[in-house]
This record gives sequence, structure tokens and C-alpha cells, in this order.
Amino acid sequence: MSTAPFDGNAAAGDLSDVFAFDVTMARTTCAACGDTRPLAELHAYMRAPGSVLRCATCEAVQIRLVRTDRRAWVELTGVRVMQLPVSGSSA
Amino acid sequence: MKWLVATVTETTPETASAVTIRLDVPDWPGHRAGQHVDVRLTAEDGYQAQRSYSIASPPGSDRLELTVVRIDDGEVSPYLASDLDVGDQIELRGPIGGYFVWDGDDDRPVLLTGGGSGVVPLVSMMRHHEAVDSKAPMRLVYSARTAGDVLYRDELANVHDVTITLTRDQSSEWDGRRGRVDNELLATAGWPPSEGPRCYVCGPDTFVEAVANILVDMGHDQTNVKTERFGPTGG
Amino acid sequence: MAIVNRGFKGRRSQAGAGLIPPGQYLVDDFPVLTAGPTQFTPLAEWDFTILDESGAAAGRWTWEEFQALPADDIIVDIHCVTKWSKLGTHWRGVSVDTLMEGVETSAEFVVAFSDGGYTTNLPLADVLDGQAWVAFGYDGEALESEHGGPARLLVPHLYFWKSAKWVRGLRLLNEDEPGFWEAVGYHNYGDPWREQRYWGD
Repeated sequence: MSTAPFDGNAAAGDLSDVFAFDVTMARTTCAACGDTRPLAELHAYMRAPGSVLRCATCEAVQIRLVRTDRRAWVELTGVRVMQLPVSGSSA
Repeated sequence: MKWLVATVTETTPETASAVTIRLDVPDWPGHRAGQHVDVRLTAEDGYQAQRSYSIASPPGSDRLELTVVRIDDGEVSPYLASDLDVGDQIELRGPIGGYFVWDGDDDRPVLLTGGGSGVVPLVSMMRHHEAVDSKAPMRLVYSARTAGDVLYRDELANVHDVTITLTRDQSSEWDGRRGRVDNELLATAGWPPSEGPRCYVCGPDTFVEAVANILVDMGHDQTNVKTERFGPTGG
Repeated sequence: MAIVNRGFKGRRSQAGAGLIPPGQYLVDDFPVLTAGPTQFTPLAEWDFTILDESGAAAGRWTWEEFQALPADDIIVDIHCVTKWSKLGTHWRGVSVDTLMEGVETSAEFVVAFSDGGYTTNLPLADVLDGQAWVAFGYDGEALESEHGGPARLLVPHLYFWKSAKWVRGLRLLNEDEPGFWEAVGYHNYGDPWREQRYWGD
């Protein structure tokens, strides 16, 4: 079982440009292995040309994020399902 | 999330390598215990570097304090820990994160386990606990390398339910625990799973991985164990 | 407009004008960037394969066979899309020309694939004619795992994300297929001298 230096907590600031909600509160289901857990717990690799969030169980890539000053690309094919809190629930 | 301009109002050494920076941020929206900010530094030629730092101050006041541990070959921490003067400005955004937070709105026991600078968000939680006079039983297990690396040492000495263990200290002055955080330490200094405590684990990734595994192996429900990794050298 | 932090330099040294591509900074150390966990493939399990357009193995070498091939010692400048450049880096590797000798193909594109799942795509022409190596030595020593060892692709004329770490082979293709970063915003070709960092640059 490999370990990663950072987790989804550290990527949350960058992801806030892409998602209007607090991503640390979202839960993702890994498209590769089905593991479901808070995005905050995904293994994050941030010293890369972009940010990569990987499944904490099987290390498959769930989310890839590339940002410039004016554009961002986000690729989510590694996430089968994302659950997130919507207004009406506590922040 | 917008980048805000923060002005340094005070810098206080915590240890030989750590500094608490007090910041004034106009329009700071307030924060919850355990949240962090991203700090961005820009060189004169436009080069930028960005790192996350946990907020050390508790919620409720306008105080925004960060405790930065200087990593020798770090890119950002040496600047923040050594080169900032009162009146300097830095950019930050936040507060970030609704996962690794403790709001003190229930009385469930809380087990805080921190390695190195991972203790910073946990101390924000402890300070919040005191500020709201919470009835939730709270215990801290804090692993540091040497006595000289222990952050907030005087403050923690005045709080019971704090266990500090040193992993690299060779001196004879330390009469507390030594060695890594292990099963036995968490069993004696923590809460049994039957109490259903909320567990917060923060620090370098190897520390977090090891402690989270121990807690789950001990029987704590994985959904009660929240983790935050601070990078290979703890931030 | 970001505020400027007086005295902040980061980990960089002074650039000599004209030596490095636009937008780059010189560094003295060798930053480690990774999109995933460091791979530690044992040499006994390592092989390098060239797959042709039909998917058949057109060439395959075990580590011993690979070490028996003629290798070059080269000194090149490398440029990362994250803006650091490092001049005069010393590598030892087998030229891709050597590996492609005897491979019959009409393919125009290649995808390099690595342990851990990383991929990157290039025109085949850009890995031939002395432009690319499979490098196993850096600075006189065996290439460390965190820098891509046992072997990585080395294509110095393009941004360094094309120099795939932990490389295990090349797939020859008739049609271009974006790799790991090319599929999510990075430029398909990646020429640092034309600052081709992102889609549309």
C-alpha cells in the first residue's frame, strides 16, 4: 500500500476554482475499484504538471486538474459517482 | 476562492525552527477549527510558489495565526519563518476545508493525534474547545522529534489529557514518553472504540498512514477517523 | 495583480539570457515531480517492449539484454513545463534509434507507457535521429527511482513531461493518441522554444 505526501485537503484550494462546493465534503466512488470515501482522503500528488487525486485504496487516478491563470481542465473519468452536500445541509 | 492580502502584525518564535505569524486580513470571513489557508508567494520576476498552512488560532475572533515550521530545503517555509517582518504582506486564500474540522457542537469524545507540525490544526481545535467551554472530553497525543521541536509547549503543559512522545530525543532532560505513536500508546492515552470518539490524525503522510491504520485495527470506525496529510516532511 | 514578496526567490538561480526557453527559470537541484506513487520495479521483472501498430511485440529486451546494447553518454539541457530548466545534465542511455533498428513500421506516432500507468504521446519522428534515449544512468550513477529509474524516456527537445519516468515500452500507432497530461490540457507536442505548454498555445 503506497502512501502519498498529500491528500484531498491540500488540493481543495485549487479545486475551489472548479467546483462551487467544498470538495472536501464530497464523497467519490472510484470507477476502478468502487471504494467510496471523502474526497479529502484521496491521495493527492500536487508537485506535478497538474494535480492528480488517486483512490486511497487502489491508487487509480480519479481526478486530474490542470490550471493556468485563465483556464482549467478537469478530468473525472476515474470517478464513477460523486456525492456532494447541497444547500439546506450544514456547510 | 479569491486571494486575499494579509498583513503581518506580529511574529512570535515557537521553537528554534518555528514561528507563529499573526495576520490581519480585511474581510476575513472567519474560520472553523481545523481549516487551513493556501499561501502564495510571488518573486519580483513573477515566479510563484504556493503551500497550505493550517490555521492555529481558534474560531471566533479576528485573529488569524499560522504556525510555520521551517524546512531546511523548503521553498516557502524558510521565507515565512525567517524573512517576514511586521507590516509585510502575503497573499492567502481560505478558509479551506469542511472535512477536517471540529465545531464543538456535540459532546462526543475527541482524540487528536498529531505528528510534527500536524499538531497545528489540532491546537486550533483545543483552543476552540476552551473558548466555548466544551464538555466534550478531548485528548491529544502529539509526536515530535525532540523536546526542542515541541510546539506550544507551555500552553500544552497547562492542559491535562495531553501526551507528548519524542522520537529522536537523546537528552536526559526529557522525562516524558519516547518512541513512536503505537497501539499501546493510543490505547492508554486515547479512547476505546466503544466510546465512539471522533479521531483526527494530522502530520506527515507516513505518520498519518500508520496511526490511521492502528486506530482502525483497534476497532475505531473508519468513518470516525479523519486524516490530513502534510507532505513528506510535515509541511 | 499578485503582490510581490520582497526577497522571495524560491529555489532558483540566475538565468543566463538566451540559454533557456522563454518563461523558464534555472534551478541547481533536480526537482521531483510525479503524478503518482514512485515505482520500484525489480530489475528481474523489468523489460522494455516495442509494440507495433498491430499490437505485436516488434522488440523486447530484458534488463540484461538491454544493458548489452550500445549506450550513449550524453549531456543535455532539460526543461519542465512547470518552468524550471536544468542545464548540462549527464545521462547514460540506449538511443531509441538502436531500439528501433530492424523494426518495420509505417506508424507515425508513438505512445510511451510506464509502470504505474503514465503515458505520453509523440510523433515517431521526434524519438528518432538521435533525439531520444531510454536512459538508465544519471550523473554517473544508476537512475534513482524517484527520477524514473530503472529507466526513463529522455526526449530533451520537448518539455520534460514527455520524458516518461519508469518507462516500459513504446506503442507504435497510425493515429495520435493523447497521453496522461496531453488529454487534460497540456499541449500535444510540447516544444519549449515555442512555449507550447497548454492546448491552444
